[in-house]
Amino acid sequence: MKTLLLTTALVIAATGVSANRAFVTNERGNTVTVIDTNTWQVETEFFGGNRPRGITISPDGKLLYVCASDDDQVKVFSTETLEELYSLPSGADPELFVLHPSGNPLYIANEDDNLVTVTDTESHTVIAEIPVGVEPEGMAISPDSQFVINTSETTNMAHFISTADYEIKHNVLVDQRPRYVEYTPDGKRLFVSAEIGGTVSVIDVAEDGTPNLVKKIHFEVGGVTPEWLQPVGIRVTQDGSRIFVALGPANRVAVIDGATLEVKDYILVGQRVWQMAFTPDQKYLLTTNGNSNDITVIDVAKEKAIQSIPVGQQPWGVVVAPH
Amino acid sequence: MPAPLRSLWVAITLAFTGVASAQAVEVKAAVLRVDYQKILPISRFNLRPFDLGFAGAALADEDNSTTGRFLGHTYETQTFAVTADEAEAKARELVAGGMPYVVVVANGADTLKVADAVAEAGGITLNAAAHDNALRGTECRANLLHIAPSNDMNADAVAQFAMWKKWPRWVLIQGSNPADQELGQSYERAAKKFGAKIVESRTFEDTGGTRRTDSGHVLVQRQLPTFMQGLSRHDVVIAADNTDYFAAYLPYHLWDPRPVMGSAGLRPVTFHAAHEAWGATQYHTRFEALTGRYVHEEDYNVWLALRVLGEAVTRTGGNDVQTIRDYILSDKFELAAFKGQKVTFRDWDGQMRQPILLFDDHITVSVSPQDGFLHQTSPLDTLGLDRAESPCHAFN
Repeated sequence: MKTLLLTTALVIAATGVSANRAFVTNERGNTVTVIDTNTWQVETEFFGGNRPRGITISPDGKLLYVCASDDDQVKVFSTETLEELYSLPSGADPELFVLHPSGNPLYIANEDDNLVTVTDTESHTVIAEIPVGVEPEGMAISPDSQFVINTSETTNMAHFISTADYEIKHNVLVDQRPRYVEYTPDGKRLFVSAEIGGTVSVIDVAEDGTPNLVKKIHFEVGGVTPEWLQPVGIRVTQDGSRIFVALGPANRVAVIDGATLEVKDYILVGQRVWQMAFTPDQKYLLTTNGNSNDITVIDVAKEKAIQSIPVGQQPWGVVVAPH
Repeated sequence: MPAPLRSLWVAITLAFTGVASAQAVEVKAAVLRVDYQKILPISRFNLRPFDLGFAGAALADEDNSTTGRFLGHTYETQTFAVTADEAEAKARELVAGGMPYVVVVANGADTLKVADAVAEAGGITLNAAAHDNALRGTECRANLLHIAPSNDMNADAVAQFAMWKKWPRWVLIQGSNPADQELGQSYERAAKKFGAKIVESRTFEDTGGTRRTDSGHVLVQRQLPTFMQGLSRHDVVIAADNTDYFAAYLPYHLWDPRPVMGSAGLRPVTFHAAHEAWGATQYHTRFEALTGRYVHEEDYNVWLALRVLGEAVTRTGGNDVQTIRDYILSDKFELAAFKGQKVTFRDWDGQMRQPILLFDDHITVSVSPQDGFLHQTSPLDTLGLDRAESPCHAFN
């Protein structure tokens, strides 16, 4: 491992660090793959803990946070040296998390304990544990930082947790196995994917903060059994004009019109497409494909898959370091 | 359709604090397990834990209560083990005692007796163990829902895999007990349905012979191959042994080297402790932390029965027996069950539609329905009797 890190350090020294880098967690391979998003070349791969899944990055781009699910902790790496700096207490089986826009704290879903754990990223201590529904997974924070949203896969709810007092203020029932939740950049709307329900619930937030379920988006692809259309990861463009939804074993990413909420197109990607991340300029969208062990690069403007890049075993999460 | 049902797609948004008093719903259920005088299983891996089925109820109560907490719903499931003679009276007592939802773990005949007693008292029964086709057919009951798959569904699950493998020539070895014979008939039906040929069928007589004695394998090794001698060319041996007295001995003791499927070898199951796909690992983590042992099919089936109830209560916001039953049978009902797609109910016989796992006692080898077996409603309806074939009329 040490040799690998040294090699990596040399590579970085040689090429400079100005290029964007994508970091992909490989759930089964226990590694993180590093990809140069200018050349789309794999730079290196490093040990990311046991069963690394959720992955995110600090606002300054310096720290990489990885949910090491089987280690029951969040591992923190330097995005420059790729060295493991320290680990954060996360509660049992952390799967997904969301970072406060300020970089502190980290809100973590503990799949086995029916809890959301709030961890201070500076003091490395647990600030709060919030009981939520069964099998918490999806995590999001409202752009104004007032609410953290958690989805619970077996309870089938989106829980609206106040960041001020850590109390749940609202619960919205959605379809079976809600996996992921994503806000529009203006914070007025959320999308919740239901893997087994096969839908994306659209929840509008009223002026007084009350969430209302306004629509359920359904999917249909000719020649694909409806049961395989399983929405998981969601990404919304900065201007809110398009929503991308990863459809798991359907091997497609749906493109939804942000205004009409109609599905415009389906982009064929790798197998068992799971999570996604934009490059900072939003020119590209990267998808993790858990069964084909690669990521697909989508040209966002053209809504076309342009490249696939082999990574480690069972890629799960992806994040791209800002400039 | 009552108003609460129509409003199901509307979000139920509730403030967490103070909601309990506004929408309080108490859901009381019972698990009634009928215990029989039984010989030991062939493998001690299959010994029946004392809390068989009941452990699934404990987990379901935890899961349902966690969800119910946000809606003001509480769940309490009591568990009872009785003899066959006591079952009917106990069933009546449960419903009279305020537990109108009865999950039954029993053989087919006793399941039916319990279901009739429960129905008479105004409750509904969820069958977690009996595979008898008749319970979904000529003997079906409007207030009896089936979580356990029928023999037909299990046979179809195996048959589809055999056909996907292009193993169409079968030898059928069935036990001599009525339950074995019925399963054998299901395999005969499945063969016709999917175009397999049963080249020969033999019955292995239950003579109450030797079992797990310390040298039992010596006799088995000598006797079974000769029993299996002289068969026409075949691809696979299908075992129909619902009473578990011979099938486990078949693999490796055949005359011709062939895979065994059905009651041994590759077995159709609703769930097993090594199943990891579709979030199942999380189920096992919770179950094992709670019970200290691996899950059995009966545990999973009971858990699923109570989750069906919990889901219906969550979505309808109440616990009225008739409303719950109608919702479960409606096309609005769906539930995630760690099997990759939602489970629903057939509104013509009360049977749960569900994928069937094919298990080699080690890993999930495959999951039926298999690719390419198509159906106009749901591929899951390629398993078991379809609407048009069903002799059940209690749901009309």
